[in-house]
Amino acid sequence: MTTLSPAMSDRQPATTVRRKVRVVSRRRRRIENALIAYSFIAPNFLGFAVFTLGPILFAFALAFMHWDGSNPIEFAGLDNFWRLFEDRAFIDAFWNTIIYTAVSVPLTLACALGLAILLNQKIFGRDFFRTAMFFPYVASLVAVAVVWNMVFNPEMGPVNMLLYTIGIPPEDLPGWAADRHWAMVTVILFGIWKSMGYYMVIYLAGLQGINSELYEAAGLDGANAWQKFIHVTLPQLAPTTFFVTVMLTIQSFKVFDQVYMITQGGPGTSTLVLVYHIYNEAFISWDLGYSSMIALVLFLLVLVVTVVQFRRQRED
Amino acid sequence: MASISLKKLNKTFGALTVVHDIDLEIADKEFIILVGPSGCGKSTTLRMIAGLEEISGGELIIGNDLMNDVPSKDRDIAMVFQNYALYPHMTVYKNMAFGLQLRKASREIIDAKVQEAAKILDITHLLNRKPKALSGGQRQRVALGRAMVRNPAVFLLDEPLSNLDAKLRGTMRAEITKLHKRLDATFIYVTHDQVEAMTMADRIVVMKDGHIQQVDTPQNLYDRPVNMFVAGFIGAPQMNLLPATIRREDGRFLAVVDGQVLPLPQSFDQSRIAPYEGRPVMLGIRPENFHELAPGDIDPANTGAFNAVVELAEPMGSEIHLNLIAGERSLIARVSPRFRPRIGDAVTLTADMTNAQLFDPTTERSILY
Repeated sequence: MTTLSPAMSDRQPATTVRRKVRVVSRRRRRIENALIAYSFIAPNFLGFAVFTLGPILFAFALAFMHWDGSNPIEFAGLDNFWRLFEDRAFIDAFWNTIIYTAVSVPLTLACALGLAILLNQKIFGRDFFRTAMFFPYVASLVAVAVVWNMVFNPEMGPVNMLLYTIGIPPEDLPGWAADRHWAMVTVILFGIWKSMGYYMVIYLAGLQGINSELYEAAGLDGANAWQKFIHVTLPQLAPTTFFVTVMLTIQSFKVFDQVYMITQGGPGTSTLVLVYHIYNEAFISWDLGYSSMIALVLFLLVLVVTVVQFRRQRED
Repeated sequence: MASISLKKLNKTFGALTVVHDIDLEIADKEFIILVGPSGCGKSTTLRMIAGLEEISGGELIIGNDLMNDVPSKDRDIAMVFQNYALYPHMTVYKNMAFGLQLRKASREIIDAKVQEAAKILDITHLLNRKPKALSGGQRQRVALGRAMVRNPAVFLLDEPLSNLDAKLRGTMRAEITKLHKRLDATFIYVTHDQVEAMTMADRIVVMKDGHIQQVDTPQNLYDRPVNMFVAGFIGAPQMNLLPATIRREDGRFLAVVDGQVLPLPQSFDQSRIAPYEGRPVMLGIRPENFHELAPGDIDPANTGAFNAVVELAEPMGSEIHLNLIAGERSLIARVSPRFRPRIGDAVTLTADMTNAQLFDPTTERSILY
């Protein structure tokens, strides 16, 4: 096509032909570019497909199967689903998870924000306190849980000693992890303490991104410290708060490790949460089909709550 | 009543002093502009008046009250920030109403004041928008509106036009001047732009390195600068400063520049020049006081003429700025556009000495004023 006979150029102006040539090569270049891009994504995507996407789809399918891990898989239809409603432990785990999330998300958020505001001031030892607050997040969960169990030991832990010295009678002292009514409180407190340092760092970044002129303007407008917090800090932190809320909610729905370390779901089912129940069904009872069904419920729960949060954020 | 006085006001950051014992009296309803290069302390001074910076020493008096330790909100001032500092999550209306709401004004009063300010500033149609949906000029108006609704006795403006494009800056300059007349309040305005200072101010405060250099009306600053810094800072293109020697001939003082004799006018205070006879001085001549002589013309005032070579000609439309080389010196002259000199042309200039300045080269102070 590059050399034109005189006859051809009579019928078709040379410019049109040349443009066609250019279009073709441009399309080819676009395909080439796309292939190059995909080839860069491929290694990561392959890993994702094999280790994440595959298991997710498999678990999804498994929710409608019976399988103990060794015998052949059998189709179960909705058996696993109907079983949920008869499983007392599942119902407890479901509500415990909801309670854990509903209490720990706002409290962690408030603690993280409060800490961030405090440690954003120019106070003595600021860097030390920032590190100290962040430390539980990176510390080994096992070590931290052992310490926590000692500190909250009902008989000789320093917390109860302190409560005793300030005048609480021995029979009213909380039993913490060993007590049906206090076990969830213990797990929640542990969760807050463990993760607030991380979200404090996120809030610190958010705080430092606020234009200081806004505080000056608010001060000239007559705002006191509290009004500045309400009218400048909080609205300016809204994107951070949204991010923290979503992350915390997902994390709280998936809570497992601290329950495993502190209470193993007990006493009774007082701290049994969904992921712990999934673990029990899958690796203690070896009922992989039913545990996948619970996982599916958890997935839907997280999905619905997150979608609702995103919707509300967009409306704001 | 909002006269302001700064008495030996200073500001230190650790060992660094950024504002040195400033004394300044600002009259009620005056439009005063603090001007100077970056780091001269003008913004810090303004922020001390606003209460945004602690005063390290001296006194700040607004009206009759010592304000050093009074919080910003109780100083009866409003401020317009360089970057506007509008609350991004509030509409224009709420931005303007916020200060009144915090002061517990009734809803009717708030609405009336916001609407009135919006009308004056021509932003009524923007009241429901958020700041990010506004152009720079519109944000500027909202920032002014936010300051206006509280009817403060003093307006503080910190480089309010520096983020606008040149054309809008011109318009807003005029608008702010009109606003000052209309609001009948004291305006303190900080800028590094001497054009803003010259066009808007009742009086200009020229600052450098934390010291006030001169406080005067724009015209007086231009005609009678007290030192070489002010002479160079005010006026564009800059005043030409030429090393010269003072001589006396037939009872008349002359300035000699590179062998070129320039008679000094009799109107100059001769007693001030006399001590400099035979000594070096700096001679200041503004670019517009050079006049080009057409070939064959005779120097009318018989002041002697400069021979120079055109290095660069910048046509401005109404005039031409000529960068010239005379001997070893660079000069700038503003000449009529009917001359069309080309680069490399030799030109002859005469200097009108009636507005010339003389400075002591060591103290840099004016000899004449």
